[in-house]
Amino acid sequence: MNWSNVVTVYLKELRDSLRDRRTLLSTIVVPTLIMPAIILSAGTITYKIVNKAREEIPAVMLLGGDDSPVIRAALGANAKVKLVPATADWKQRIIDKKLRAAVELPPGFDAALGHGELATVKIYNYESELRSGFAVNELRRFFTEYRDKTVTARLAAQGLPASLIKPFEIRSANVAPPEKVGGNVIGGIIPYFFIILCFTGAMYPAIDLTAGEKERGTLETILCSPVARIDLVVGKFLLVLTASLATVLFSLLSMGATFILGGILLAQGGGAAAAARGGAAQMATLPTLDPLGLLAVLAMVLPLAVLFAAGLMTIALFAKSYKEAQSYVSPLIIVIILPAMMAMLPGVELNTRLALVPILNLSLVSKELVSGVWHWHYLAMIFGSSCLYAAAALALCVRMFNRDSVIFRT
Amino acid sequence: MIEARSLTKLFQDKKRGTIRAVDDVSFTCRPGQIYGLLGANGAGKTTTLRLLATLLQPTSGGATVAGCDVRLQPEKVRANIGFLATSTALYGRLTARETIAYFGRLNGMAPAQIAARTRQLADELGLHEFLDRRVEKFSTGMKQKTSIARTLVHDPAVLVLDEPTLGLDVMAARTIVRFVRECRDRGKTVIYSTHVMSEVEKLCDVIGIIHHGRLVAEGTLERLRTRFGDPDLEEIFVRAVGGEEVAA
Repeated sequence: MNWSNVVTVYLKELRDSLRDRRTLLSTIVVPTLIMPAIILSAGTITYKIVNKAREEIPAVMLLGGDDSPVIRAALGANAKVKLVPATADWKQRIIDKKLRAAVELPPGFDAALGHGELATVKIYNYESELRSGFAVNELRRFFTEYRDKTVTARLAAQGLPASLIKPFEIRSANVAPPEKVGGNVIGGIIPYFFIILCFTGAMYPAIDLTAGEKERGTLETILCSPVARIDLVVGKFLLVLTASLATVLFSLLSMGATFILGGILLAQGGGAAAAARGGAAQMATLPTLDPLGLLAVLAMVLPLAVLFAAGLMTIALFAKSYKEAQSYVSPLIIVIILPAMMAMLPGVELNTRLALVPILNLSLVSKELVSGVWHWHYLAMIFGSSCLYAAAALALCVRMFNRDSVIFRT
Repeated sequence: MIEARSLTKLFQDKKRGTIRAVDDVSFTCRPGQIYGLLGANGAGKTTTLRLLATLLQPTSGGATVAGCDVRLQPEKVRANIGFLATSTALYGRLTARETIAYFGRLNGMAPAQIAARTRQLADELGLHEFLDRRVEKFSTGMKQKTSIARTLVHDPAVLVLDEPTLGLDVMAARTIVRFVRECRDRGKTVIYSTHVMSEVEKLCDVIGIIHHGRLVAEGTLERLRTRFGDPDLEEIFVRAVGGEEVAA
């Protein structure tokens, strides 16, 4: 291999790509601006929706209970729900989201409580609907409190202490360091983002430098120069790899900046902090990650980026045109997303077999790395196997460039 | 000098089976000579030239270009040829100067050498006006001139030209024809494929008629006229390919 030729090809491709608006968009602009914009806007919108839902006093219908004025009065006095008059179409109104929930009291509820009989309160809701869920939570809280008060009153009437049925309290406290908690919270998402960005960053240049050049007729021009095919492939491959890693790096930097900015805003008690006071106290602190672990994830991404760059070039080279290459490569995103997402499923843990499955292995080990857990033997296995896959993909790519039937496929 | 010896290239096609794109073709093209490879579309001209330019590997037979074997020394062969075809396009986002420099570097030239050669080619071809503009904005004529400069940057001994005037307007085609003549006058070995009879008559010293991958007739225009008993090259061509209807 002639490295001088490789560098010449690489520098030409770099110059060419930096002048290409589409490459700049996919490599720099999209990961730098769009990703944080999506994260921030999605976060803000979600936040606003949740807060608005929390602030709303849910409309609740009381079904029955005409013979139970005590519970009716207690529920009516609860400012956190708004009782509306009972109507026959209550089910439809819940489905239409005009009513958040309905409470059905059995006949003689007050009397049953007085006699110590078992009575069942039924709550009807719209499963998975956010505001309906909040209404149910509030109703559950109210009735639990009402039940506790009833029990305490009964015990008091018998001259017994309240601790008779509640002999001890249960409280939990977190002892895990913040980066481990952060790793668990967003550790699955970080490598997922890296993998997707790594792939999408390589996609456009890989197609452009192979099928795109075939279509434009520039591939034949370069093939008739004295540069050896391996030099040409390696030069082009290095550019695709650069684009892939640049996409990851730019998105990482901008995401980092987004988090820092978000942190400052929270610390200064800005809009986000004000929103946090609205009930979502857990949002007031951003998840912490182990910075060394994050760097290790980047290092582990490297062989995967090589695999993507070489694999995409090999596939795109088969195509006669840019469009044809796009139709080959686009469905691969699903193939990439699936193992990347699998790591986020509960119960999928790293083991020797999974350490050899590309993409999934990186997702799994990254989750541990950003939590500050270093499984050295797995890391070695994953890095080693990824390097092997990457080398095989690169060798295949070089082979494809040497096949007449692929290069001159018309 | 180009020497092709029983050059053969077979392609496998799922529907049509084995295709003999180039079938036992032998010829010699000497320095200071333009060898015209005349044939209909699909006759095997492009494949023959791609074999000579080492873009394709021969199935059997061989060739030497400027003394280098196409099988054993493909990179040396390419270092000695300038290949120009309608299918060899330019990089739109590079300027003419950058294009010439890129191919100069790939041919192992030093920066000073490239700069001097670029000046020389710009003088000869009239490139100065658009030397630092991006190729994507060029007219067909400007692109042709830049392509010629790209082909000649390393001053190759052999020129392989595959239908270089195809699809060009009259002025752009004239630039090419003038450039081919000048190359011959400088003692370069030129192989030129076309299906345009008038170009062959105007340019070529030796004509090889190729049909279904086989070289069916070869000689100077005068010799071919004598052999086929007709002064018209089109008639000669039709008779050489067996009088059958040739797809345009």
